[in-house]
Amino acid sequence: VALFGHLVLVLVLGLLVYATLAGSYAALRGRRRLLESAGNALVAAFVGTALAAGTLVLAFVHNDFSLSYVASHSSRELPLGYTLAALWSGQEGSLLLWLLVLTGASTAALLMNRRLIGDVLPWTVPILAGIAAYFAFIPNVVASPFATQTAPPNGLGMNASLQNPYMMIHPPLLYLGYVGLTIPFAFAMAALVSRRVDERWVVASRRWTLFSWTLLGVAILIGAKWAYESIGWGGYYAWDPVENAALMPWLAATAFLHSVMVQEKKNMLRVWNVVLIALTFSLTLFGTFLTRSGVVNSIHSFSQSSIGGWFLSFIVVIAVGSTVLILARLSILRTPIRFESLASREAAFLYNNLLLVAFALTMLWGVAFPLVSEAVRGVPVTVGPPYYNFFLRVFGLPLLLLMGIGPLLAWRRASLRSFARAVAWPLLFALLVGAMLLRAGAGSSPPGLVAYTFSAFVIAAVTLEFWRGTRARKELGDGTWVGAFTSLVARNRRRYGGYISHAAVVLLAIGVVGSSVYNTGRTAHLQPGQATSIGGYSATYLGTTLIRSPSHDALRGQFALSYRGKPVGIVAAGKNHYKVEQFFANAVGIHTDWLRAEDVMLIADQFDKDGSVFLKVAVNPLVDLIWFAGVVFLLGSIVAMWPDAREQRQLARRSLEIEARPVSV
Amino acid sequence: MFLPLILVAVVTVGALVYVARPLFGNVKSPPAAHADDLAARRLELVEERDRALAALKELEFDHRTGKVSDVDYRELIGPLRTRAVETLRLLEPAGQRVRSARSSRRQRRPKAKVRS
Repeated sequence: VALFGHLVLVLVLGLLVYATLAGSYAALRGRRRLLESAGNALVAAFVGTALAAGTLVLAFVHNDFSLSYVASHSSRELPLGYTLAALWSGQEGSLLLWLLVLTGASTAALLMNRRLIGDVLPWTVPILAGIAAYFAFIPNVVASPFATQTAPPNGLGMNASLQNPYMMIHPPLLYLGYVGLTIPFAFAMAALVSRRVDERWVVASRRWTLFSWTLLGVAILIGAKWAYESIGWGGYYAWDPVENAALMPWLAATAFLHSVMVQEKKNMLRVWNVVLIALTFSLTLFGTFLTRSGVVNSIHSFSQSSIGGWFLSFIVVIAVGSTVLILARLSILRTPIRFESLASREAAFLYNNLLLVAFALTMLWGVAFPLVSEAVRGVPVTVGPPYYNFFLRVFGLPLLLLMGIGPLLAWRRASLRSFARAVAWPLLFALLVGAMLLRAGAGSSPPGLVAYTFSAFVIAAVTLEFWRGTRARKELGDGTWVGAFTSLVARNRRRYGGYISHAAVVLLAIGVVGSSVYNTGRTAHLQPGQATSIGGYSATYLGTTLIRSPSHDALRGQFALSYRGKPVGIVAAGKNHYKVEQFFANAVGIHTDWLRAEDVMLIADQFDKDGSVFLKVAVNPLVDLIWFAGVVFLLGSIVAMWPDAREQRQLARRSLEIEARPVSV
Repeated sequence: MFLPLILVAVVTVGALVYVARPLFGNVKSPPAAHADDLAARRLELVEERDRALAALKELEFDHRTGKVSDVDYRELIGPLRTRAVETLRLLEPAGQRVRSARSSRRQRRPKAKVRS
């Protein structure tokens, strides 16, 4: 198994090096057949990587502890689901999964954009292959998942915090999101090298960015849910460097998805867009570097390793290479078109971009500062939540407001009068909601009150946009209200899908503010029969139960929960003892009130021999809106991503027009 | 010991055949063309025309939904129409462009006489 896996990985590296060199020569000289051969090498590399990954999974399933990686991350007692997911539970397997996703996404990009790549952007093939060759070099030379040893009788088991159902979905989704962002980067750089900076690369890049951005967003939320339910500290996002590493490229990609509309509508921001694409890709590499190198203290850094230097060198190559290329092509990227007004849709997109990028860079500084400090002064410094929370308010609140203002502004320019008319109703609604919340006591947190008022403004603005659009379509003869609504969304899926995503961000904001600003909690030491109360809830300690399984023992405290005197159920909270790993992990008890979108969280911190328990109880108002926001976000993205037949027809017509009369101008 | 080597040999041969196939097969389409300045200019104009037409549609819809006032609409529609017409004219084949320019001059002349 080890020999087969190792040799297949060598073959994959060889194929990718060939695809890079042959693809570059083919793109340079215009050799179509050689380019197709290079593309086939990339596809073959994907099949080879899949074989290597499949081999490793088989080794896990058969408990082949002669492979060091299998022995270090699995055991005979590990349930099958986690055994399969053990592929990405450590450094070497994660990098193999990374390579698999990258070659898979590259193959999909080649097949889906065959004509674009063959006719217009041939450099896409060597760029994708070059990046994949780097990721194939690492498991071949630096961190091989097929390293062997004398097989021990049992493995060391899997990190206990990874033994959670979310772990089976979060990393692959995250990798799909991260790695998918390589494709737009390759299109953008190929366009620059080929001097083909027309709209074709933009359309292809936008689609891939939207896809990857959606998966990355969903992965971040699933990661938050995982942290919330399994780690047992009562929160879902701790501004951990590795969490930030996923959020930074997501923010940069969000900026791109907005500014690319300005390029498509007005042929502006062309330099800015390629900068954003390069920045987004560099941030995904930086995120991988943080996660995989173990240079920062993070609950996600499962290993210290020597790959940091390799990653850092690669990031430098990518950052310098793309900067030089962008500078070299400035003359063809720049357009003479200028903003007509500071109060216009495109200007709102620019403000949104500046805020998003500023926030991403502020986070980057927060993540990088401890590394810089340690390198320069030899003193490690921690940048904690207060830093990020401050900048979340500084950039997040104006962003929230812009999400409401932007859709109400017309392209080109809006006079003060028409702008005032457009915002009047949403503003009135927001002020009304703000006043009601102030009266209800939400003023205890001014930023929270402002966030809720802005959220109300956005919701009103989005609703108004749907209402006005539907009414206009009905007037234009689209039949019933339902027909008019469907026609409205179908005719501009990106716009209305985007509005649904805005609604998701508002839900997220309401959930985050509610659960972090207006939450309450207390700790109590309870004997069986005793109770503790908070926020109308009362938890009575009934006693403990112990459930044994091959992989772990589950000790649970049983608590009878009631709200304002009415019983709502029994909640179990306790600890798991993982036998092979010799590790104790919290098992949090959560009661969800779906009507109020509120959670009561019980964390049994310590069980004493006298039968007593130290219990933490937290009430997290509106926290479930965060998870609901994920569903709405996915819905909005699906609407926006849905294939647009008219756009396809337009692109095809353009190609025909160029082919029919290429030199008539 | 030999089974993995045989399997790897099979995979390698399969990969090599797949990679080499386009080099020996028929060319399905013409060789990848280098950027042609005139074609690129034409594409630029086609994109500009589509942008102008889309902007006109968008303006009409925004006006209908009340996002753009009547005053703003009247101010914005003129330049957009001019831009759309200009790109459409530039995209006409050269001969047709001369004919349409002559015909538009002819159409303008009688009006000038009336005015004088």
